[in-house]
Amino acid sequence: MNMKSFALLLAAALLPAAARADGERLRPATANPSYQQECGGCHLAYPPALLPAASWQRITADLGKHYGSDASLDPATTQTLTRWLLLNAGSGKRAREAPPQDRITRAAWFQRKHDELPASVWQRPAIKSPANCAACHTGAEQGDFSEHRVRVPR
Amino acid sequence: MRSKTWHLVFIALLALALASGTAGATTPAEQLAALSAQAGTAGDPARGQRLFTSKHGAEWSCSSCHGALPTQAGRHASTGKPIAPLAPAFNPERFGDAAKSEKWFRRNCKDVLGRECSAGEKADVLAWLITLKP
Repeated sequence: MNMKSFALLLAAALLPAAARADGERLRPATANPSYQQECGGCHLAYPPALLPAASWQRITADLGKHYGSDASLDPATTQTLTRWLLLNAGSGKRAREAPPQDRITRAAWFQRKHDELPASVWQRPAIKSPANCAACHTGAEQGDFSEHRVRVPR
Repeated sequence: MRSKTWHLVFIALLALALASGTAGATTPAEQLAALSAQAGTAGDPARGQRLFTSKHGAEWSCSSCHGALPTQAGRHASTGKPIAPLAPAFNPERFGDAAKSEKWFRRNCKDVLGRECSAGEKADVLAWLITLKP
């Protein structure tokens, strides 16, 4: 292999990691219409990189008891979505360990990022829950969690 | 009685023919006809509204997420995500695919009633939703 093709290969290998490293731009759920449709009905179809593979594995193995709701799917759809989630699961420093109850909102990085917000903010009617990313992150559906696009509703 | 039975059989066959010809795509009226045929009785809007807005021993009613009058957007009771209107006259995407309707009835009835809904209960709810007009 010559030097040029090696450099290209290296760049290609590093690019996805670099794109994810700042954590602001994530592969959005819209990249997979089936995921968007099946998981985005009740909550934002969370970017798969926000949880490690072990968490996705546990979540998709028990969709009939999904955080208090029945979110079960037919076996074929479950299998396809599980494969996609595992393939795109988080791999950076945020995904080193599974958060308690496999909840994104319980992850140490999530709590650190939101530690300036008092509990009363989460309870505002337009927000209601830390799971409601899109209430404040206006680009959440597109995988854009940049601080520039945060608008906290009154 | 006899003519009513034949009437239902006819509706069921019609619904089946329409559904099989268009690979899952149906209209709310066709889905109601199919559910009524399956239940052996026509959907009752008043009964549907009662089922929809009442709690059934669990924490949520259908209205907890869809609103008491699902002609406008609701909000998911635990995640806060906005949920588009459920009444088909206010949201053309609703009840256009029988498999999708069945999937959501199955999951949401388990959350609200702790069991799947019968064809009659589904017919009642859909009959009520269809009566909601702008």
